[in-house]
Amino acid sequence: MSKVLDVIDLSVTFALHNSEVRAVNNLNFSLEAGETLAVVGESGSGKSQAFLSIMGLLAKNGRTSGRAMMGPIDLVGLETSQLDRVRGKDIAMIFQDPMTSLNPSLKVKTQLSEVLVKHRGFDKDKAVTTAIEMLERVGIPEPAKRANAFPHEMSGGMRQRVMIAMALLCQPKILIADEPTTALDVTVQAQMLELFKSLTEDFGTALVMITHDLGVVAGVADRMMVMYGGRAVETGMVDELFYDPRHPYTLGLLHSTPHIAHRQARLDPIQGLPPSLEHLPKGCSFNPRCAFCFDRCLEERPPLVPVSEASAREKACFYEGPLSYEKVA
Amino acid sequence: MAGITGKDAILTDYANKLARLDAPKGRSLTQDALRRLVRNKAAVVSIVVVVLIVLVAFIGPYFVPWGYSQVDWSAIRKPPDFDKGHFFGTDQNGRDMLARVLQGTQMSLIVAAVATVVSVAIGVVYGAVAGYFGGRVDAVMMRIVDIMYALPYILFVIILVVMFGRNPVLLFVGIGAIEWLTMARIVRGQTLSLKEKEFVEAARAGGAGPFTIILRHIVPNLTGPVVIYATLTIPEIIIAESFLSYLGLGVQEPQTSLGTLISFGAPVAEVLPWMLLAPAGVLVTLLLCLTYIGDGLRDALDPKDR
Amino acid sequence: MIAATENLLEIKGLRKSFSITTGLLSRPLELKALQDITFSIKKGETLGIVGESGCGKSTLGRCILQLIAPDEGQVLWLGQDLTRLPAEEMRKRRADLQIIFQDPLASLNPRMTVGEIIADPLRTLRPGMGKAERQARVVRMMEAVGLLPEMINRYPHEFSGGQAQRIGIARALITEPKLIVCDEPVSALDVSIQAQILNLLSELKDEFGLTLIFISHNLSVVRHVSDRILVLYLGRIVELATGDEIYEDPKHPYTRALLTAVPIPDPKLARQRNIDALKGEIPSPINPPSGCTFRTRCRFAKPRCAEVRPPLETLEGGRLVACIRWREIEIPEESEAILGA
Repeated sequence: MSKVLDVIDLSVTFALHNSEVRAVNNLNFSLEAGETLAVVGESGSGKSQAFLSIMGLLAKNGRTSGRAMMGPIDLVGLETSQLDRVRGKDIAMIFQDPMTSLNPSLKVKTQLSEVLVKHRGFDKDKAVTTAIEMLERVGIPEPAKRANAFPHEMSGGMRQRVMIAMALLCQPKILIADEPTTALDVTVQAQMLELFKSLTEDFGTALVMITHDLGVVAGVADRMMVMYGGRAVETGMVDELFYDPRHPYTLGLLHSTPHIAHRQARLDPIQGLPPSLEHLPKGCSFNPRCAFCFDRCLEERPPLVPVSEASAREKACFYEGPLSYEKVA
Repeated sequence: MAGITGKDAILTDYANKLARLDAPKGRSLTQDALRRLVRNKAAVVSIVVVVLIVLVAFIGPYFVPWGYSQVDWSAIRKPPDFDKGHFFGTDQNGRDMLARVLQGTQMSLIVAAVATVVSVAIGVVYGAVAGYFGGRVDAVMMRIVDIMYALPYILFVIILVVMFGRNPVLLFVGIGAIEWLTMARIVRGQTLSLKEKEFVEAARAGGAGPFTIILRHIVPNLTGPVVIYATLTIPEIIIAESFLSYLGLGVQEPQTSLGTLISFGAPVAEVLPWMLLAPAGVLVTLLLCLTYIGDGLRDALDPKDR
Repeated sequence: MIAATENLLEIKGLRKSFSITTGLLSRPLELKALQDITFSIKKGETLGIVGESGCGKSTLGRCILQLIAPDEGQVLWLGQDLTRLPAEEMRKRRADLQIIFQDPLASLNPRMTVGEIIADPLRTLRPGMGKAERQARVVRMMEAVGLLPEMINRYPHEFSGGQAQRIGIARALITEPKLIVCDEPVSALDVSIQAQILNLLSELKDEFGLTLIFISHNLSVVRHVSDRILVLYLGRIVELATGDEIYEDPKHPYTRALLTAVPIPDPKLARQRNIDALKGEIPSPINPPSGCTFRTRCRFAKPRCAEVRPPLETLEGGRLVACIRWREIEIPEESEAILGA
């Protein structure tokens, strides 16, 4: 399978008044054509910033270094004019709150056809027809009528579908979805996840699903990458991480999530608070909260290495072997 | 066992613990805002200039050789003359301009301060009550404001002058009575959005009555907009006072204000330029600085880089 | 003394609508937030209230506490109807009935210190209490919720979301209430912090002998904390049963759909399940469908469902279901995979 995105040593730094903060620190990963990669983390993990920087959407005081190769093009450091040619066409992004992503004063069909006219050179009529077809494809009933509506006349789920339609119009190779279902009702979320699955199959788009919800990951992703304190701490196939986690943070996340089939008396939360990016602990950033921490962890930062010789799985932890809470007791 | 709290031993333990703790003071929002304000150079310079003007206006007269109503028969309509101690020259009556400018500045500042205090006091209470209670109370209170807005205030001031004579105190009342209207509207708007906030709901869940909520929860959170608006209206007030004095409705002779000085200086500006330049210069500087301060406060209290 | 099995709170026929003005000349629209809500809560239990947008769960929580006045119906607290009480009397009862909010930072007055925030209900409801005693109680409560007492002079914006929620919990507990309404208390928090707060609530419930109403849109979380679960749809009760009953034997089609839609953090199970994906979207509460409000999205809907409003039937053990066809509907084989696995 070919790689559609290869990210090498990506770092994102923000300049604050009297200090600098590294939101993303030397991130390395790749994305295969047609696969769905889940990027999991909590606030401060850097998961959103990494992809905002690849898309060139960082705040003004943010700086990116490293490379993000989409084929022969390095997305980092592209001039705005070149970036505009690529964004929306080969790589697209959708966000959590569709209301703020859509222009409230333009009709839906105008916003959609704009994309086609600009990137695929369609004339207006053809653009509108194609747009309506795409609205139908994303499951919007009475698409021709809805195309004439304004964003505020639609429900949250509807608007998110419009966003997806807009993102897929040019059949991009990569679609980045930043918490796309967090603001939606559970039954609508289920519909949306089904939609993502069928669309990525039909169009062969690689999907990056940024989320904090492990249930969403389990339902939609092939591979996953767990981030903590601006770095990747574990990567691998979804089944591998869920049933045999090798990083204590991944284990902790799994134990913090209530599972509807098993009603436990108590959850096993991860002690402590997420780290302040300005004052990361020495050694492994997770060590203050880690149940498996030993001396080496306080001094050295564990690099992201393969779990075993032939494995594509990676972890950034010095502890060897499978993890479970029984061992700690 | 009665302890410090007069109740059970457990609570006494906690009371002792608290006494032993050296709980550090938190960083209040006001401190944060002040820190941001200090970083704004234009605002800091303006604050320094305004403080200087205030100090000079109130302390200066003790150091100036001439009083503001003292007549120097030997120097009538004379340009600035350092030998005789007339640093800003003299007016048509032989009075020292510097002394008069200082006295005028004093008067304008006092008017501005008092009118601001009056408008804030009335406006905040009125607006908070209208905004919090909403419904018919709000509608009635705001219609009263609308009606008063529509009345031409010059007419109102003239009526006051006719009834009570030309009294500087009237001036304060008159201007304060106008300015509170806009303050009330602003406060009402802020209150409307504040009362929907969850911490207000939490206070209601905690059993607080309407006036407790208004005083303890709503008013303290109004500080930002109120301070900004007050600072930005001081220039308006000074101009209003100047205008009223220019029309002859304000300050009485021999006392003067910046407006009165300008009104006397303007017609003879070609011949006796020092009579206009000094008060106008002070007025313009004051207004400019206050505007910078107001802008600085707005940025400090509503930061975008949060 | 209240017997352990006695009902602490009884809600009867609660109804609430909001008026929405659409323009100067057109008639205001009526948003039916809650209709015909009848259920009771036993002392010491945790009742979960779950539903999606427009179901009225937040409105219900606030109506119970009389923060919003219901249009009709009764809220019987220890046998007394709160809706009929004058404001002064209701205020006295607030010491027993408290609330924890969804957005931790928004529920704290940014200009008050933590100590002042937590002490606030005591200042209002126990005016006779001396300052020393009040402070001592604040410190005790801070420790109980896992906050360092040294933080007592700090301001809300200096805390993280999870810590701010602990402050909110301390404030809710300071008057030693009997019942606490938790309105989406963990929805705004990170997953690992959610788990800490859920455990904290469970410990505090045991320590202080509380009864909780836990409102959330997240069925997994609700299932984890609740003894019984109340499912709302568009302002009406569709089902009320114990957590196990809801999970193993849901009777209402909406409950079933919710269960299959809940994301499960288990890839094998997730792949096996057949999502009973509901068609369409939630109708507007301004114009709910006739008869059963769920019929527009229900797989099992028949013409009769549009004509008859399903009554709330009481089953054995105090279960409630509002569906005219619940006896006839069979669980399809595929769905067993999600439920029985």
